[in-house]
Amino acid sequence: MALAEKVTSPLAYLQAQTRWRPIEIVFWLATLLPYFLFPNYLSLASQIAITALFALSLDLILGYAGIVSLGHAAYFGVGAYAAGLVSKHGWGEPLTGLAMAAVAAGIVGYATSFVICRFRHLALIMLTTGFGLLLAELANSLGWLTGGMDGLQGIHTWKLLGAFRFDLFGYAAYSYALAMLFVLFLFARLVIHSPFGLSLRGIRENYVRMPAIGAPSRAHMRTIYTIAACIAGIAGALLAQTTETVSLDSLGFERSAEVVVVLVLGGAGRLYGGLVGAIIFMVARDQFSGIEPQFWYFWIGILLVGVVMLLPNGILGGLAKLTSRWSRS
Amino acid sequence: MLPPILGVLFDGLAYGMLLFLLSVGQSVTLGMMNFINLAHCSFAMLGGYVTVALMNRYGVPFFATLPCAFVAAAVVSVAFEQTFFRRLYRAGELDQVLLTIGIVFISVAVAAYFFGTDQQPLQLPSYLRTSLTFMGLRFAVYRLILLGLALLITIALVLGIEYTRFGARVRAAVDNERMARGLGIDVDRTFAITFALGSGLAGLGGALAIEIIGLDPSFALTYLIYVLIVVSVGGLGSITGSFTAAIVLGISDVAGKYYIPQLGAFLIYLVMITLLMWRPLGLLGRR
Repeated sequence: MALAEKVTSPLAYLQAQTRWRPIEIVFWLATLLPYFLFPNYLSLASQIAITALFALSLDLILGYAGIVSLGHAAYFGVGAYAAGLVSKHGWGEPLTGLAMAAVAAGIVGYATSFVICRFRHLALIMLTTGFGLLLAELANSLGWLTGGMDGLQGIHTWKLLGAFRFDLFGYAAYSYALAMLFVLFLFARLVIHSPFGLSLRGIRENYVRMPAIGAPSRAHMRTIYTIAACIAGIAGALLAQTTETVSLDSLGFERSAEVVVVLVLGGAGRLYGGLVGAIIFMVARDQFSGIEPQFWYFWIGILLVGVVMLLPNGILGGLAKLTSRWSRS
Repeated sequence: MLPPILGVLFDGLAYGMLLFLLSVGQSVTLGMMNFINLAHCSFAMLGGYVTVALMNRYGVPFFATLPCAFVAAAVVSVAFEQTFFRRLYRAGELDQVLLTIGIVFISVAVAAYFFGTDQQPLQLPSYLRTSLTFMGLRFAVYRLILLGLALLITIALVLGIEYTRFGARVRAAVDNERMARGLGIDVDRTFAITFALGSGLAGLGGALAIEIIGLDPSFALTYLIYVLIVVSVGGLGSITGSFTAAIVLGISDVAGKYYIPQLGAFLIYLVMITLLMWRPLGLLGRR
């Protein structure tokens, strides 16, 4: 980081980080392109935005705080089921449904965070995986509530803001998902570039030493874990509301593994990592969708091995390395 | 007459032995290098498919296929260890998890490509399909053999670790890898051999498992969870710990499915989470 050397005070460092770079503005303007270039693919675009939001929530805990989770779909699923159930039982207003889903996922996240923050390494991976599997089993066995294997049917989402109907073409769905992604991205950006965000990176680098400089590691991990659970819940709720169905696989291990793949592909520990990863991953899956799902997993596997072996910081990490080499020479 | 609960206990014990065979290698290698290898069950699955292919396509007798399953899993695992895993011993757990789960995905797809997604049929010789009746309870011969074989292997492992020179090297490397290196022990080589042995046992377990739990491409993912539970509950690097954990898990799983089937796998996950919260280093973990 050349920037860090030039500035002197911590405050100035944080302010320099929060400045908007031109490439970011270009990126967000480009998210409007699907309206003009691919109007037939807007439902795919809304799926991408939802996956990006989910990956962003994972980035907060995995990329920044170093909490490796293989069970993050638990909160996605809780959000999806919460939004779906609220809508099924007579309240289909999307924005308040989203808020309720966020609260539900946040409560579950806050409760589990007390356990999560006490462990590292293998025990942590096992515990997050265990919580995910536990919730998936719970949703499966509570068939009267969740619909079990058949999924939650009978969801009806009302018009967005009372004016825009969720239709097959996905105009409303994409606008809704994109707006949510942007708002929550701004929030995540704010969190990451705050002193709290800096201390998260400190926890990632050395969990034991942070309390020695006065930063309570466990309390910070609980906070960020709850925030990430809320955002994951909102992503799940968005999926439930725009597709008007919730299935068991929204909670499953495959989804947890998939979102890790998306994030790592883009680059963990970078705000745009999950977003870039989601675009590439979802477009690739759409192109491969003709193939049987087992063979799609073959390519995910190859991708994972390739990223770990050749691009340890994801696509964005590789690009950053290239540009820094180019600007130096 | 013996009460039926003994039958459940017997089935649970046999199942636990199977889980032990599948996971003991993982436990020792994880304890040595702290390398999280999620692809362990892929090697087990390889052993299973080797047995199926040899029996159904080439008519090799069942017991002759078991050493082949062991050797195939051991050789392939060492090839992976030398090309991929070795480079990530110093990396973070995230990289290890990603690489090995990538290998799991690949193995699932490859198995589906060559063998299809169906359960693999396995025709055991007729003398293995009978059962003995003892005081009103029926004991399947296959499970008895499985139990005996697993006990033999356990005894051999414990004695080997305790009384041979190689076992002493393994114990030293598990206890303190850097110190062991300092004393001139070739930890990398010891690890490679241990890794091959562990994966070979997993391959053997996979071959023996077909009759009891079946074999399809999702094996690598489904039983990965069970193996991880055994390893993390039993404690890293501890053979007796894995043995105890595998038996507890096997019996509670079979008993749970028998007495409270509506709970499904829920109980297992709950037990695992509670145990981990109580003792994060495992029941008999020391570090």
